[in-house]
Amino acid sequence: MKTLILKDIDDLVIGSLGIVAFISFFVGGVITIQTALNIDNPLIPKYLIGFATRQSIILEFAPTFTSIIMAGKVGSFITSSIGTMRVTEQIDALEVMGINSLNYLVFPKTVALMLYPFVIAIGMFLGILGGIAAGVFGGFTSLEDYISGIQTDFIPFHVSYAFIKTFVFAFVLATIPSFYGYYMKGGALEVGKASTTSFVWTSVVIIILNYLLTQMLLS
Amino acid sequence: MIEVKDLHKSFGDTEILKGITTNFEQGKTNLIIGQSGSGKTVFLKCLLGLFDYEQGCIAYDGKIFSKLSDAEKRNLRAEIGMVFQGSALFDSMTIAQNVMFPLKMFTKQSKSEMEDRVNFVLKRVNLENAHNKMPSEASGGMQKRVAIARAIVNNPKYLFCDEPNSGLDPKTSIVIDNLIQEITDEYQIVTVINSHDMNSVMEIGEKIVFLKNGYKEWEGSKDTIFKTDNTSVTDFVYSSNLFKKVRRMYIEENE
Ligand SMILES: Nc1ncnc2c1ncn2[C@@H]1O[C@H](COP(=O)(O)OP(=O)(O)O)[C@@H](O)[C@H]1O
Ligand SMILES: [Mg+2]
Repeated sequence: MKTLILKDIDDLVIGSLGIVAFISFFVGGVITIQTALNIDNPLIPKYLIGFATRQSIILEFAPTFTSIIMAGKVGSFITSSIGTMRVTEQIDALEVMGINSLNYLVFPKTVALMLYPFVIAIGMFLGILGGIAAGVFGGFTSLEDYISGIQTDFIPFHVSYAFIKTFVFAFVLATIPSFYGYYMKGGALEVGKASTTSFVWTSVVIIILNYLLTQMLLS
Repeated sequence: MIEVKDLHKSFGDTEILKGITTNFEQGKTNLIIGQSGSGKTVFLKCLLGLFDYEQGCIAYDGKIFSKLSDAEKRNLRAEIGMVFQGSALFDSMTIAQNVMFPLKMFTKQSKSEMEDRVNFVLKRVNLENAHNKMPSEASGGMQKRVAIARAIVNNPKYLFCDEPNSGLDPKTSIVIDNLIQEITDEYQIVTVINSHDMNSVMEIGEKIVFLKNGYKEWEGSKDTIFKTDNTSVTDFVYSSNLFKKVRRMYIEENE
């Protein structure tokens, strides 16, 4: 079981760091540029650029939208790897050996994805860093304004809210794609279809839970 | 011995097995033959307890499978080996790890005992230098041998093979068939093999059960299958001209 968990940490968590880092950094930059371009009224203070970037990234971009991207990457990986095991009878082989296959396959993935919040934390950090890079080097704001912006009206509960969401999404990312892989029928073609369906439903569930959790925790 | 009584199995409204009664003897290669889609795989998976069935009874040496407790089922499973149609090797493990897997699950042997046993069975199936290969790097015939090695590693009393030579060339098929028969005889296993390959029927059909439309249409052995006048059997078995000729010669010779 330990080796399975380590393998899943490698596949699902470590393997996602690159893409999350890349996307977060550049989206952070774009959010900063967009905000700066939309604030052309001289009465609005410049520190709002850093403030707005921080809020968008911590509250929504890092936890929710990264999770949608992960539903595509991690989710379809889980569905297709479990689905392939189903169609090639590897799951039957596990059952014949007296193994509870559902538990054997899903439990390590769920445990591994409990490290998913670290990925999101890195995403948040790099998003804000990308904002600095684009804002300062692009000449949209000064470093001082940006830094004071990201410290303005900081509410620690917003970070808790983001990580509560992330934990819930991690659980969704582990279970829904596993379900679609485990209960699929057919052959290689159906594995592809199951991955697509699993992506759609994982995203829908993430969006709906995002709405409900926001309603519950912030209002 | 495995006894099957009046086995019925449906998926939704379609009844696949409509009451099968037969038995499979120890130390013999028992073949289940029939057309593609006749329910051979479903039958085998019912025997293994992978599928639930509506009606009927399956007994392993007198022990009725459906009445066993979970712990007893586990003990019985430790005595069962299965070779799946596509080999079903775990593709994230090496060949040696695949073969060792049932030992890890069912026994408390030390690592070196397990390694010895893995070496022994891999040698038994003529695979001595492939321990660290991944299944995807092995040919179809090699994968089958690994699957057989994995199925027999824990000294099973019962061995099931689903079309063990599908996708293999005729020569490799015969090697695999003979390997299964030798192992069956050597360790006195109850072996049940699904097949639609007539070469296997003639080579290793010590007992043959012919399934058609969900019923057991005919039962016999490779010797009696030549003489039967059941037209469903002869249509299926002698569908190729080669086998028609073989049959004619066999009958002439024995007259
Ligand atoms: N899991 C399943 N769900 C529904 N139908 C199935 C399932 N498995 C097999 N069948 C149907 O049962 C019939 C027999 O299949 P099978 O036992 O695989 O045939 P074969 O003799 O070729 O091994 C086929 O018509 C197949 O479509
Ligand atoms: Mg079949």
